[in-house]
Amino acid sequence: MSPTISCDSVYKIFGANANKLLADSNGSVDAKQFQDAGCIVGVNNASFDVEKGEMLVVMGLSGSGKSTLLRCISRLTDATAGKILVDGEDICLMNNKQLVELRREKMGMVFQNFALLPHKTVIENIAFPLQVKGVSTENSMYKALEMVELVGLKGRENYFPRELSGGQQQRVGIARSLAVEPDIWFLDEPFSALDPLIRKEMQDEFLRLQGVLNKTIMFVTHDFDEALRLADRIAIMKDGIIEQLDTPGNIVLNPATDYVKKFTEDVPREKVLKIESIMDPKDTNASDNLKVSKDDIIESVAEKILNSKEIIKVIDPKDSSEVGSINPSKVIKVLFGG
Amino acid sequence: MDKNYLETIRNSKPAQFGILVFIFLILYFLIPQSENNYLWRLPSVLKGIPLAINNVIFNALYEWFPLKVWDPVFEMYEEKAAFREFTKAVSQGLLFLITVVRELLLGGDKIIDVFVSDSWLKENDWLSWPALPWTATTVGAFLLGYQLNGIRLGLLGGIGALYISVFGNYVPSIQTLSFVLITTPICFVLGLSFGIWGYLDKKVETALQPVLNVMQTMPQFAYLVPIIALFGLGDHAGSIATIIIATPPMIRNTILGLKRISPEVVEAGLMSGCTKPQLLFKVLIPAARRDILNGVNTVIMQCLAMVVIASFVGAKGLGLNLKIALNSLKIGKAAEAGLCIVIIAVILDRFTKAWADKQKDYFENLTFFQRYKLLIIFAISVVIFSIIAFISGGYFDKINYLYVIPIEKGLTIAHYIDGAVDWVWETFFYSLNSFNKFLLTQVLGPMKHAYLGMPVIATFTLAMGAAYIVGNARTALIVGGMLLFIALSEYWDRALITMYMGSFAVIMASLNGIILGSIFGRTERGGRILLSFCDFFETFPSFVYLIPVIFLFNITDTSVLIAAIVYATVPATRYTVWGLKSVPLSLHEAGTMSGVSDFQRWTNIEIPIAFPTVMLGVNQTVVFSLQMVILGALIGTEDLGQIIFGALSRTKDGAGVALTLGIFVSLIAICVDVIVRNWAEERKKALGLA
Repeated sequence: MSPTISCDSVYKIFGANANKLLADSNGSVDAKQFQDAGCIVGVNNASFDVEKGEMLVVMGLSGSGKSTLLRCISRLTDATAGKILVDGEDICLMNNKQLVELRREKMGMVFQNFALLPHKTVIENIAFPLQVKGVSTENSMYKALEMVELVGLKGRENYFPRELSGGQQQRVGIARSLAVEPDIWFLDEPFSALDPLIRKEMQDEFLRLQGVLNKTIMFVTHDFDEALRLADRIAIMKDGIIEQLDTPGNIVLNPATDYVKKFTEDVPREKVLKIESIMDPKDTNASDNLKVSKDDIIESVAEKILNSKEIIKVIDPKDSSEVGSINPSKVIKVLFGG
Repeated sequence: MDKNYLETIRNSKPAQFGILVFIFLILYFLIPQSENNYLWRLPSVLKGIPLAINNVIFNALYEWFPLKVWDPVFEMYEEKAAFREFTKAVSQGLLFLITVVRELLLGGDKIIDVFVSDSWLKENDWLSWPALPWTATTVGAFLLGYQLNGIRLGLLGGIGALYISVFGNYVPSIQTLSFVLITTPICFVLGLSFGIWGYLDKKVETALQPVLNVMQTMPQFAYLVPIIALFGLGDHAGSIATIIIATPPMIRNTILGLKRISPEVVEAGLMSGCTKPQLLFKVLIPAARRDILNGVNTVIMQCLAMVVIASFVGAKGLGLNLKIALNSLKIGKAAEAGLCIVIIAVILDRFTKAWADKQKDYFENLTFFQRYKLLIIFAISVVIFSIIAFISGGYFDKINYLYVIPIEKGLTIAHYIDGAVDWVWETFFYSLNSFNKFLLTQVLGPMKHAYLGMPVIATFTLAMGAAYIVGNARTALIVGGMLLFIALSEYWDRALITMYMGSFAVIMASLNGIILGSIFGRTERGGRILLSFCDFFETFPSFVYLIPVIFLFNITDTSVLIAAIVYATVPATRYTVWGLKSVPLSLHEAGTMSGVSDFQRWTNIEIPIAFPTVMLGVNQTVVFSLQMVILGALIGTEDLGQIIFGALSRTKDGAGVALTLGIFVSLIAICVDVIVRNWAEERKKALGLA
């Protein structure tokens, strides 16, 4: 099955002579050199796939090009060069009409500052994508009410955005982006404008929703902890370049560059890594008393493993087959270093 | 040592200004006054411009692109210039619209005339649309205000309408209102369209800016003569003049409102699958609703400010009455008409503001009668009052007081006002007169003399030097180029007089505004009260300010200058209060903890931070002062305004003169604007506010 989103050498360069400079550079773009020529490199040679149902988190500090990359894929800005395939179709070649169609059928997006229409109530905001699509008022309101319930805003459907707290506004934003039941869900730093406590709550809510909906997701954030918490895979960007794209575990264990390392240094590994990432091959000496799943986060089973003082079997939770073993010494290494 | 000196000068703007003034003074006193000396006055090589403009206009009107038009009277084809036909069509369309609204409210037979033949109409003189009785209008004004923002606004509307009717100003007021009701929507549509276009296309916006600048800074009189030439006399001509003045703020507000929408909201619209028209009408315009409606408010205020000026080209209504009263120096009558304009302005201002703030309740579940309750009450009251008015027609002898109260039969306090003015005049004659005399001989006279004695090279050095110091070489060239245009015409001396009056008014108004704003604007409450005063004074149309001063100081420069100073103090005050408000609380706290005295707080914290904002206020002050100075020609001054005003009576070749001089005034305002704006920007950057 082909990936839902597929990017092949995508470039986004801002500036007057972007196209010409890019053509001259033969694909190797040096940000400094371009800057001297009056151009700013937003995205530099990004190639990756996002599989159906996968959540790819794009993480980077401000100015790293993460939002630009997201906007290239939703075609809110046009990529300077490269191919972006959505369900096998190159969106860079689509005309305006096809693009409107694509967004109406397949895409939903959540924005950092909520981007609610100030003149519309909660329910009207949520129904908006349906109404521009031409769905009748009655049907769109019915569907929107469903969405209101899904995001837990029942009873507030007639409020105006300015009457809601930040967290509630973002719930509206989420509901609106889901109203047309898109396959692909873009989230542009959706929780960055919220207080830490609310942010945590919204992340939980988001995971719950994803558990139910199972969308293909691109999630942009500048918060490394958030990325670790949510992602199937993480792409770390700096100056428009994807420095590393891997699972959270591999990024923490094997940072590809010094830049990535800076983020991973302070991360408490036991809270991030799964047993899978530190397990050994199957071992016949393994005890039968205790089994752990390969998907367990180390911290959650560390106490059990250390208490047992033996080599323990690791199983795949799907079919309970044995896939490896874990030695308590490995867990100690993760917990206390060395 | 030498190098150090240069370094100091390079870094110190005050030092640079000092040197500039020094050079200016040397030039001022060294250049001899001689007609043949180009350093004293430049030759008027651009003398031909007004004539050229005239030729263009007449060529367009009578020769350019002739069309064959069927003449039904002579039953033959006739050659007519296309442009002339176009202006005719515009005039007739506008006039028709104004007439329809006017007749709907005031009655008449012109609309019916459209549907039936002239002769038949003459035979049946009963056939006439009845006027809306003033009683019904009063109820309508009350209900509309009530609907918009409750009982208080309702009372404002009702009492206002009642006053106007009882004092016999019903007919001219409705004439003025109908003028506003037609002109405003046109400005709205034009302004919105150009605003959207400018928002969508950066090039259009860049092209619009200078055009809007000229349109807004050009004195209104300057448009009048070309308008007469193109469109003839009448209400439509007044409407066109008003459209030219009132559309630019609508365009600016639209662009501002659209630009203020966060880019995310636009993206959200796109990601919701909006097509381009959907994005425009469902996302952009509604999201900018507030700014757009504020634009409508400005348009209405401009319309009312224009009524007197529009009466010069034939617009009927309160403006005409006021003009006639002023011309014959009947201060009481003028004041009454002026008061009516102010009342209409205040009512429309509050109504449109309430409308802008009103939020629609989408989920109201109302029956037909609940929803249209007030409309139904209004319809019923129209019927009842019309019947009463009809019946009472037999009861009253000649004049039906329950229908329309004519102006000569209305209540009036004009003679009390006249009496009061006479009393003031007689009682304070000596003090007023001596003040007037003192100002004229000791201050204004010498100042005027000094301006006129300025060699042209000195003026240029000062203006371009200032522009260079606050900006760069480009700024200096822009300012120099605009001034050169004036200096090469034959009106340089007149322009100097305009500059003298303008600069006097600007300096006094700015000082007033900064002092007032600083005294009252430093506390939250004081600032609020002062701003509401500003709101109130800003609803006064400009010429209303002229009424009292003429009577106190006669027709002299003093009157015009005092009116200009009072008028222009409003923006200076407003921006000072805004500037003081913009000082962050943390800075105040830092100041307090550093132990500043009240005065130190003002000089060291508030004024520097507020300065860029205050300068924007000064900018407005310049435009306001110049408008009033030119308006002063209405009562007789001897600057550019007087010639523009004089051109009104020279319809044949006046258009070119008026336009040229209008552009000159506009250029003066823009020169000051360029310098002041650059200065404010630079201060902003220095303070890290930009």
